[in-house]
Amino acid sequence: MTTTLTKAPQRRRAPRRRRISGLHAYTLVLIAWLILPIAIMILFGFNDTHSKQNFRWEGFTLKWYVHLFDKGDLTTAVVNSLTIALLSTAITTVIGTFAGLALGRYRFRGKGSTNLVLFMAISCPEIVMGASLLSMFVTFNLPRGYLTILVAHVMFSIAFVAVTVRARVVGLDPAVEEAAQDLGAGPWARFRLVTLPMIMPGVVAGALLAFVLSIDDFVITNFTSGATVTFPLWIYGSTRTGTPPQVNVMGTLIFAVGVLIAVVSARRSVRAAR
Amino acid sequence: MTETQPAPARDDPGRAVPAIELAGVEKAYHAYGETVAAVRGVDLAIAQGEFFSLLGPSGCGKTTTMRVVAGFEEPTAGRVHLHGQDVTGVPPNRRDVNMVFQSYALFPHMNVFENVAFGLRRRGVPKAEIAKRAGEMLDIVDLAGRERRRPAELSGGQQQRVALARALVNRPRALLLDEPLGALDLKLRQAMQVELKRIQREVGITFVYVTHDQGEALTMSDRIAVMNDGLIEQLGTPREIYEHPATRFVAGFIGTSNLLGGEVAEAGGGSAVLLHGPDGRIEVPVRDGVRVAAGERLELTVRPEKIGIGLDKPGDDVCGVRGTVTEVVYLGTSTNYNITTSAGADVVVFLQNATSADDIAVRGDDVWLSWDPRHSYAIGAPQ
Repeated sequence: MTTTLTKAPQRRRAPRRRRISGLHAYTLVLIAWLILPIAIMILFGFNDTHSKQNFRWEGFTLKWYVHLFDKGDLTTAVVNSLTIALLSTAITTVIGTFAGLALGRYRFRGKGSTNLVLFMAISCPEIVMGASLLSMFVTFNLPRGYLTILVAHVMFSIAFVAVTVRARVVGLDPAVEEAAQDLGAGPWARFRLVTLPMIMPGVVAGALLAFVLSIDDFVITNFTSGATVTFPLWIYGSTRTGTPPQVNVMGTLIFAVGVLIAVVSARRSVRAAR
Repeated sequence: MTETQPAPARDDPGRAVPAIELAGVEKAYHAYGETVAAVRGVDLAIAQGEFFSLLGPSGCGKTTTMRVVAGFEEPTAGRVHLHGQDVTGVPPNRRDVNMVFQSYALFPHMNVFENVAFGLRRRGVPKAEIAKRAGEMLDIVDLAGRERRRPAELSGGQQQRVALARALVNRPRALLLDEPLGALDLKLRQAMQVELKRIQREVGITFVYVTHDQGEALTMSDRIAVMNDGLIEQLGTPREIYEHPATRFVAGFIGTSNLLGGEVAEAGGGSAVLLHGPDGRIEVPVRDGVRVAAGERLELTVRPEKIGIGLDKPGDDVCGVRGTVTEVVYLGTSTNYNITTSAGADVVVFLQNATSADDIAVRGDDVWLSWDPRHSYAIGAPQ
């Protein structure tokens, strides 16, 4: 760093470093802002509380992890939430993928209105959708419960999958599918071997979105649940009497699984991009 | 398919069964309530083992014609025959032709080997044979050792060769190439032209090549169909098309060509003599069956390299036209002269710089242009 040659870049680097340190601080604040509530939730899952409320730190314990399934109705609620999320994700991903393919690839009568309906499903306030679903179920005299929740969840997440897949399909070169056809692949082989692998990142992203939307949905579920209780509904009910630390533990575990899936899918897409 | 390489049947494609035959093929698209004709009636017979080019400007229907052969477009009218079999209405996956796409259209999620093996796997070829044939084909296109690479890790020229191998490994009846070199830079494109010709000779498969680049078509083809506005303007060997353009469009599209006109002074004996300007005299051969009468106006083309420049009036056995030099451009191996004739036509002349003598003429000189009457070529009446 003593030669005159290195001086010029050094001088240029100095102000840039100052700007980066400002950016560093901003980034740290933003990360803290996003992560603090989650950190508190995780922390209070280890709280050795003796009262009904779980708001004051009373020492470290693992007993809530040991007694995770002690509250039977909480466990039922979590199982309901998980199975509904998995089922609705599976159904939504299949229907939404085909819808996204059709919208991204083909021109057909009713394409414009289909796009409009999808946009409406995304932009419609949840409270409105929940209320109208309830009045529809009542009108048709359908008993509210597990099935109506599932129907509602599929209904509001299809649009998200379709839109994600459509974005992926629009970016594809249609000649690639033609090449597959040219090389002897029939419609099904073409979809399985070429189209699906190419839109897979969109399908996975759509499925994750659908799962996340379903597992923590409260508003629409509350309207369509009848006597069935899901995890968010149970927590909401428990806040009046005091939320047990098991809720924090369940939340921590769901969060951990979510992070795991996000990390795996991010790493896979990095590898695929290479 | 015969094992030996079939000789292209240039003069009489009907002698053997043509690899590809199009009869009265038309294709119209319907868009926004309008009908747009992309192909307006194409008849073609492409011989086995032939390197055949469809040449024309964009929108002339050449790609549509090729897609009709591949099966991606169904013709509005007409029939498509592959080796004598009517395949009109047969989907692309059940036609024995393969295509190389302009964008290569490689499968991005598969490596080079999987790309090349795709067609063979679809047809249920045994694993050992797939490995053998794919390996041989990758050798031919000079990509051995890159089997495990993804297309994204290859250069444009390499991707192009993977696309070629992926199509050729199936030993199709014909290979259709849609402007396959369009995305490559000039140097690579020239190298690939030679490569393509070599590969075609090696595998002996019929190539149908779509291009808008006349140089490419002239270099590689056994025969060329020049297309314009959904119709074939002229079909012939590169030499025929270059030396004897049948229409004004072909003359203008292929190379540089000089368009001259004049009034017919005398006709008969297979030729006509035209008057060009006050003292110009052009003789032009007239094809059998074409009647030319004195007093008519006739147009003809002469290629720039066929014309000589002199200071004296040439004899009556050659064509002679007087003009003034308007521009001289020195190009190293040759010199270009722009000349305006006494009748006001602009003519370009290419002269080889075979000797190191000074320029024959300079700007502003009055010169005589002369050429052999065999190089005059009468073209169809202006459309």
